[in-house]
Amino acid sequence: MTLALPTRRDEAFRYSDVDALASAWPVAAEHIVVSAGETVAHEIVNTADADDVVVRNVEIILNAGASADVRILNAGGRLGRICVDVTCHAGSNFTLGAVQLGTGKQTVEIVTTVRHIEPNATSSQMIRTILSGGATGSYLGKVDVARGADGTDSAQDAKAMLLDRQSTANAVPQLEIFADDVKCAHGATVGELDGQGLFYLMARGLPPAEAKKLMLQAFVGGVFEGNAALLDAALAKLGAMV
Amino acid sequence: MLQIKNLHATVADKLILKGLNLTLNAGEIHAIMGPNGAGKSTLGYVLSGRPGYEVTEGSVTFTPPLPDASRGPVTDSAELAAQDPGFRRGTGEAVDLLSLAPHERAAAGMFLGFQYPVEIPGVSNVQFLREALNAQRKYRSEAPLSGAEFLKIARAQADAMGMDMEMLKRPVNVGFSGGEKKRNEMVQMGILNPALAILDETDSGLDIDALRVVGDGINRIMRRPDKAVLLITHYQRLLDYVRPDFVHVLDGGRITRTGGPELALELERDGYREIAA
Repeated sequence: MTLALPTRRDEAFRYSDVDALASAWPVAAEHIVVSAGETVAHEIVNTADADDVVVRNVEIILNAGASADVRILNAGGRLGRICVDVTCHAGSNFTLGAVQLGTGKQTVEIVTTVRHIEPNATSSQMIRTILSGGATGSYLGKVDVARGADGTDSAQDAKAMLLDRQSTANAVPQLEIFADDVKCAHGATVGELDGQGLFYLMARGLPPAEAKKLMLQAFVGGVFEGNAALLDAALAKLGAMV
Repeated sequence: MLQIKNLHATVADKLILKGLNLTLNAGEIHAIMGPNGAGKSTLGYVLSGRPGYEVTEGSVTFTPPLPDASRGPVTDSAELAAQDPGFRRGTGEAVDLLSLAPHERAAAGMFLGFQYPVEIPGVSNVQFLREALNAQRKYRSEAPLSGAEFLKIARAQADAMGMDMEMLKRPVNVGFSGGEKKRNEMVQMGILNPALAILDETDSGLDIDALRVVGDGINRIMRRPDKAVLLITHYQRLLDYVRPDFVHVLDGGRITRTGGPELALELERDGYREIAA
């Protein structure tokens, strides 16, 4: 780990709030090692106060046939930065579902590196970001497929929703592939709420804030399926954003 | 029920409605017919408050009538009706419709049936309708319906329109055929139970059988002494099922002719241009 404070010239910090970062730097890494054939579920929740700075570095090693399911709610702090570095051994499986919610002066970012170093591992990432009031939200996702890691199946699906024209979303999916037989899908979109849908909901009696909240709930919906606590935490923040 | 006076409205700075006058009384069904571009859909959107449709002149007064005491229960559930006989309570007071936001117009008792019902991925029909109905009830200072109470109403309305409850649990209109979307509009109308329905080309995209089902739905839900309907349509055929009390021709942004049901037949026979001449 480098101890020097990064600048925006560092690719992984290009959209970050480096002033805020200074107060939390350097950041110790959290290590999760999943033994061969084992399965873990891990939650990373940031609902810190608006003045806080939250930076997390989580390093995950998946041994052969291991699985990890990581759910992230990144919604708090002046800067909320969650970095996840995953190393996938043979036949392992990594799943990430993340929701980022930022409003006002907030910068929220998720930075992932998934290394497929042996054959037949799968990884899938779904990131949903909603921004309002001039906030910045980023997803920087790198997938490295090493020489010989054939049979790799990886997917990145990043979507961002801007609730106004002052907010900024960045999506940078990156692939580095040195194996022949791999499947790496990636998609990124930035959009805004569908005005026709909103009017339809309002014409049926939903007040504007409720209509927006319902559509945003649908937008983040699948990420926290079956996890009521995370969904409720996300909805509470959403309610304050619309 | 609804009094439109000298209504002028623009869309993208283009004047579409040019002094429209129309009065609907409780218990009446009015049909508005007219050629493409006459302003029919604009009228529906202006009345429901769609953003981008600007009223530049005129007034619209909406007076949702007090419920007719003799009216039977709207759902097939006698139990629910006993529990909550005034399911929708009109105030009997006149409101300036144009001063209300779209959701307030809905809560006041107005329903717009969309020509092209919108697909909303991820939002289930049932969840959306329960929230919409409870938002309307809250606006009217009525107690919210529980999940069970709501489902009873929803099931009765879906059954009446021949729609599978499973479809009502799916995301709003996503993957629905044209006919299913229009059927879903009628299910929603039955659940929300408005005093005034403005139905924009509810007959478009329907086959003969679906047309009959939708027509029966309009009659069942809306043909009551304390309700009124404004049917916007191109064709006479829906009027075989929903017999209007009045037929109006909308042309060039105003009503150019008014008559009884026979006017629709005359239009069908002679065309709009002939009638306008």
